[in-house]
Amino acid sequence: MSGNVSRRKLLTTGLTAVAGVTGLGVAAKIADHYGLIPPDWGGIWGPGETLTYATQRLLMASGSLAREFNRSEVSKVVPVSGPQPKTDPYQRLLAGGFADWRLTVNGLVARPSTFSLDEIKRMPAKTQITHQACEEGWSFIAEWTGVPLSYVMNLVGVSEKAKFVVFYPFDESWDSLDLPDAYHAQTFLAYNLNGQDLPADHGAPLRVRVARQLGYKSVKYLQKITFVDSMKHVGDGRGSAAPASGYSWYAGI
Amino acid sequence: MAQTTYLPSATILEASEQNAARFSVLVRVTHWLNTVSLVALVVSGFGILLAHPRFYWGETGGLGTPSILDLPLPFMLGGPSGWGRYMHFQAAWLCVLTGLLYAISGLLSQHFRKNLWPAKGQLSWSSLRNELWNHLRFKKPAAEEAYSYNVLQRLSYLVVVFFLFPLMIWTGMAMSPAVTSVFPFFVTLSGGYESARTIHFFAANLLVLFVLVHVAMVCLAGFVQRTMAMITGRVIGGRERP
Repeated sequence: MSGNVSRRKLLTTGLTAVAGVTGLGVAAKIADHYGLIPPDWGGIWGPGETLTYATQRLLMASGSLAREFNRSEVSKVVPVSGPQPKTDPYQRLLAGGFADWRLTVNGLVARPSTFSLDEIKRMPAKTQITHQACEEGWSFIAEWTGVPLSYVMNLVGVSEKAKFVVFYPFDESWDSLDLPDAYHAQTFLAYNLNGQDLPADHGAPLRVRVARQLGYKSVKYLQKITFVDSMKHVGDGRGSAAPASGYSWYAGI
Repeated sequence: MAQTTYLPSATILEASEQNAARFSVLVRVTHWLNTVSLVALVVSGFGILLAHPRFYWGETGGLGTPSILDLPLPFMLGGPSGWGRYMHFQAAWLCVLTGLLYAISGLLSQHFRKNLWPAKGQLSWSSLRNELWNHLRFKKPAAEEAYSYNVLQRLSYLVVVFFLFPLMIWTGMAMSPAVTSVFPFFVTLSGGYESARTIHFFAANLLVLFVLVHVAMVCLAGFVQRTMAMITGRVIGGRERP
């Protein structure tokens, strides 16, 4: 009698466990399909990271805009974060006024292309005054001018299979964005800061601007943009150089 | 029925009822989950703070602009703020989810109204003065006080649950450019991004102060007895209570 009961209990427990694990697996598949799983979902901080990313992605599904400011609110001090690349290719291009600099755009695109700085400056420009916070805690408001990333994406014909855009700079801080952020109205490639050519310390000649994330996502010193369908085989697979030094890939906070 | 034992009038209840549960399972589970998350939040929050131990008011601030508070701590870059942030958000999820569970069930079961809202007469001047005087001279609480909350406890718990924690969540949200793109009022009502960060820091200090006083009072009242009550739900020796 008691043997029957415990066998039944075991069976029920086993079936529940199988259903639970299957349920979790299905939920993960669905979440991944809708782009709710960040590349750095693994490890002990994975659950918190995934919850934050998925919640914010759902919350911002309508393409919400970061706050914009008036010219009178622009900060007098624009702090510099990190040194400019001291290596030869960058310093040589800088000395030549970036005349020989080219931006490569490739990966899952119909027309892989390279653009000179002049070509980029002739594209339809966008200017916006936004707030930028560093993960350290300091912040500033600045006016940026550049070309919307979505314009470049339409120009090269990004494939429907693409899920991430990867930015390769002249330094080590490569990073990536998901496609909702890449197509976002306030994401652009900036070449002008507060009315002047982007200074070398702020990422000359071209940097990314992502208004709805912390500063470290706005990659400086761009040289290549690649569209991929998965971050698994890019770098260490965690979406950017940030997780290796302890920082999260997603920084909408 | 068990609810009545929370009230001071419990002293007139029968022995069998005096042994009833002091804390419900839900209050105990959420208490300890919250303890874990709060410790993690304080440790990781301090880690994040070390990247820039300086505070400003308004929208912006940084080295080269005037500050309102400079903590005597070193600027530590590229270290604790990384894992600190990962840990802070994981702990914040635990804190918010257990907090919601606690707050909703406390409202539904009327735990807040029955046990935390000051009882009749507790808010009188003489009662408040007595209670404050007892606390200031570290008078050991009477045994029957293990069964209810005194007025200072009630008021501080209400402030923590309904003011400090919501303020932490509010100012935390205000520091997220993603969240404020959807709900800008989080940051505008905080007085700007840097103001939100400053309020977040000071409110965190008040929470730490609350925890220190809370633990000190538990030690004063009898650490083992009170801690066991929060684990098992029962007051040891309750039956022999005067």
